[in-house]
Amino acid sequence: MSRKTSRREFLLTAGAAAGFGLASVIAVEPARATPVAMEEAIRKVIGSARVTPGRVKLDVPPLVENGNTVPLAVSAESPMTEADHVKAIHVFTEKNPQPDVVSFRFGPRAGRARAATRVRLADTQTVVAIAELSDGSFWSASADVVVTLAACLEGV
Amino acid sequence: MASALINVPARARRGEVIEIKTLISHAMETGYRRSQLGARIPRDIIRLFVCTYNGTEVFRAELHPAIAANPFIVFSTVATESGTLAFHWTGDNGFSVTESASILVE
Repeated sequence: MSRKTSRREFLLTAGAAAGFGLASVIAVEPARATPVAMEEAIRKVIGSARVTPGRVKLDVPPLVENGNTVPLAVSAESPMTEADHVKAIHVFTEKNPQPDVVSFRFGPRAGRARAATRVRLADTQTVVAIAELSDGSFWSASADVVVTLAACLEGV
Repeated sequence: MASALINVPARARRGEVIEIKTLISHAMETGYRRSQLGARIPRDIIRLFVCTYNGTEVFRAELHPAIAANPFIVFSTVATESGTLAFHWTGDNGFSVTESASILVE
């Protein structure tokens, strides 16, 4: 039995379609990572291991004027011997377009588990460093950074 | 061509931990920016930095778009023997630069 589409049904369908269109536009362009995305990125690196706060140090200025170059240093106390050394220190951000920032990989030949670089920060956010030790344990440190001029927003 | 600056102490005592600083000129285009016409500028970054000491890898860094333009990396290594430190940067669009520095260990 055929039935003419009522005005109400038509509006409902049209509204749903418009809503779906809007949702897909949002899905196509995720403006930035979220704390959830950072959590996922961390899980991808460490697997199911447990992360304990401590042992690793993250040096980032608490107030940054220009998010395009932010000095960042990570270090961990370790004897750096063949049996006991820091294998890697990974850095993640909460609100950059991508949660990964950098992974430094050390070995006993590094002598000291310390590295520094300059990063971009898109917003006022929390930066997390995770150290991976040769015994398989993971340690973390975090720092809150206030950014006045955000990176990644300017055109060309 | 990209140019790199490397700071390695010319001489060191055996067993001493030395600090190495490297800087390379590179735009580190994130891939998230748009031109004035609205077109997305493709990503062009350095993805990997490796330092070898007489052929043995001592340090490696995996970089992402969140690294600032002209990547500056500071790290350290143990001065074990006289020889050559080689630095390799590799990235998108076939980017590859190798630099080296010699060190005298006494």
